[in-house]
Amino acid sequence: MTRPDPADAKRFVRTEDVAAMAPPRSVSGPLVWIKENLFSGPVNTAFTIVVAWFLFWVLPPIFDYMIGDAVWQGTDGSACREDVTGREVGACWAFVWDRINYFIYGSYPADLRWRPNLFFLALAIGIVWMLWLDAPRRGLGAIYFFIVVPLLSYWLLAGFPAIGLQNVPTGLWGGILVTIVVSAVGIVVSLPFGVLLALGRRSRMPIVRLVCVIIIEFTRGVPLITVLFMANTMLPLFLAEGMTVDRLVRPLIGVAFFASAYMAEVIRGGLQAIPKGQYEGAMSLGLSYPKMMYFIILPQALRIVIPGIVNTFIGLFKDTTLVSIVGIFDLIRTIESARVDPNWAAPSVNYSGYAFAAIFYFLCCWGMSWYSQSVERRLAASEKR
Amino acid sequence: MASVVEQTPPRGSLIYDPRVRGLFFQAVLVLVIGFLAYEAVTNAAENLRRANIASGFGFMEQPAGFDINQAFITYSSATSTYGEAFVVGLLNTLIVAVIGIVLATIIGFAMGIARLSKNWLLAKVASAYVEIVRNLPLLLQLLFWYNAVLATLPSARDSISMGAGFYLNVRGLVMPAPVYNWDAFAIPLAAAIGLVASLVIRRWAKRRQAATGAQFPVNWTTFGLVVGLPALAWIVLALFGANPIAFDIPEQGRFNLTGGMQLYPEFVALVLGLAIYTGAFIAEVVRAGILAVSRGQTEAASSLGLKPGQTMRFVVIPQAMRVIIPPLTSQYLNLTKNSSLAVAIGYPDLVQVFMGTVLNQTGQAVEVVVITMLVYLTISLTTSFFMNIYNRRIALVER
Repeated sequence: MTRPDPADAKRFVRTEDVAAMAPPRSVSGPLVWIKENLFSGPVNTAFTIVVAWFLFWVLPPIFDYMIGDAVWQGTDGSACREDVTGREVGACWAFVWDRINYFIYGSYPADLRWRPNLFFLALAIGIVWMLWLDAPRRGLGAIYFFIVVPLLSYWLLAGFPAIGLQNVPTGLWGGILVTIVVSAVGIVVSLPFGVLLALGRRSRMPIVRLVCVIIIEFTRGVPLITVLFMANTMLPLFLAEGMTVDRLVRPLIGVAFFASAYMAEVIRGGLQAIPKGQYEGAMSLGLSYPKMMYFIILPQALRIVIPGIVNTFIGLFKDTTLVSIVGIFDLIRTIESARVDPNWAAPSVNYSGYAFAAIFYFLCCWGMSWYSQSVERRLAASEKR
Repeated sequence: MASVVEQTPPRGSLIYDPRVRGLFFQAVLVLVIGFLAYEAVTNAAENLRRANIASGFGFMEQPAGFDINQAFITYSSATSTYGEAFVVGLLNTLIVAVIGIVLATIIGFAMGIARLSKNWLLAKVASAYVEIVRNLPLLLQLLFWYNAVLATLPSARDSISMGAGFYLNVRGLVMPAPVYNWDAFAIPLAAAIGLVASLVIRRWAKRRQAATGAQFPVNWTTFGLVVGLPALAWIVLALFGANPIAFDIPEQGRFNLTGGMQLYPEFVALVLGLAIYTGAFIAEVVRAGILAVSRGQTEAASSLGLKPGQTMRFVVIPQAMRVIIPPLTSQYLNLTKNSSLAVAIGYPDLVQVFMGTVLNQTGQAVEVVVITMLVYLTISLTTSFFMNIYNRRIALVER
């Protein structure tokens, strides 16, 4: 293009009309969407073809295995063996169904299983009360969740002979019941202790701060499994002769300790996000430190970090599987001991047991993360302009 | 109560003085901790004495007497000590961690970028990977890989050939083993020379660009020197003499594979599980980092006339790295700590060897637990120390 002489810039004024362009064939609709999102260029098209090929290669066999060829009924391993049934055999759901009570309650006596059921119910009420942001009387809910439920659960599960609930030793507990107990204890303990550690870390008192920093950094620097080993082997050593700690309580202490340190860092983030003016405002009202924290700072800080807290819970929930390594019969351990049962010797039993556990953990964790995302959106609503 | 007569102490009673209160609380804390520590130590000493367990680290020199199936130093159950078993476990942990970190970074970056891809299908598959893997416990995934996948592979005689001398069977992954000749040292030497030379060139190019503005293809030169020079050395040596690094390629016999080197299924399962699990978390870190670079930066880069590739390399990625590095560090640390789950599938890492077998054999609970925890603590603190230095170097400097 040649540059026009400014003097005859006029020539660039068009005098005749330009014919209107034809409307685009379509600007919306499924075809356009497919063109834009799947085939917008050579690279994009190549990706689409490769991924689609991968999915066609992987998905139908998975579907066949999990549902199409799955075995739903049977009383022992022969139902899931190809040499017996004479057809292609996928997942062995019959095995999961046969052992479902073991997976849920472990060896908890069959006639007393209403007690774990009642515990699940009490816990569910508490969780809904705490998590539903518009629930009535949430202050009461906190008391219920942090004081009533733990006491009630202890009496229900372990027994309380004075009111006719016979003792059930923790060695008989197992499966999902233990998974829930371990994570619930971790959650219930880690929240208040995490708050205390976080406040301690931000305290002006040097010794308090030092102690909290050491506890937090030390715990976060080592794997949970070493904390569990420590609780298992060293806790009994530290106690005076004659004092014993229940086999289930030892990992509980370890898990609670570990979770508190992680929770403390999440809450510290929330505390740091509160503007200084809030502290100064509270102080200028003459509030004491506990009152300032309880009425002004913590409610705001905790609200900010709800997603972080829930993420820590998800991590904790997944980590509770490690108690199986120190010999506690949680869901993983019950599956490990059920899958080697000679009665159920069939090739697909392994996959089926793990698939059941995977579905359970996925639903719980995915539910929690769904909740935390919805809270995040709701909190962000007030930030939008 | 003291009456307010004097003006000098501005506060009322002593118990309302924050400084006095602070001192009081701290004194109480010290007393409580001191008491607990005293109780624990005396009880432990008493319990150990009763169980006839000598305290101290003398056990490290005693013969171990147990076998470890995978050792990177010479180790035998007959002659090696507990101290050597500790080193074997530590090396195994470090090797799994390093290989796992490399693989997890590759998976994580690929999946994180794939999740942001304009290709809907690719983005959805990457999201599904991240969501599924992140929401399942690592232990379950490891057990799945080990007990459900690797244990159902065919026996050695019907090994699955994966090409290039790689075979997969129930006893693990068999692959070509490098055999070093006497002149093999020339190759790492060439790599070292290339590294030094490229550092010098990098420096010179930077100074020249500052002085004259002329650019020099630094990255290509570095690549050529660090990769090309050793390759050249290898080729020259192979042409004029014996091949410095030959490969012992496993051969499929009638009943077994002969030759090559074997990676045990425990190792394969652990590395695979850790890389896939941590990769999902790294993918989220990468995605968040790239999203954190504001669109205006990309637009400004395009308006300056940078090509999309240049925009990515010079504008978006350097800024995204600032956001990515700190959480990436903690993912690396998580992977290292999570490698302790090896104990569940029997890979002889530090926890399995030391906290498992050695603890059971010696009963030296306190020493063993303390050593193991200190090792992990040292790894964690060192890693975060160096990553913090790096982070400070690339951090945004505001004026």
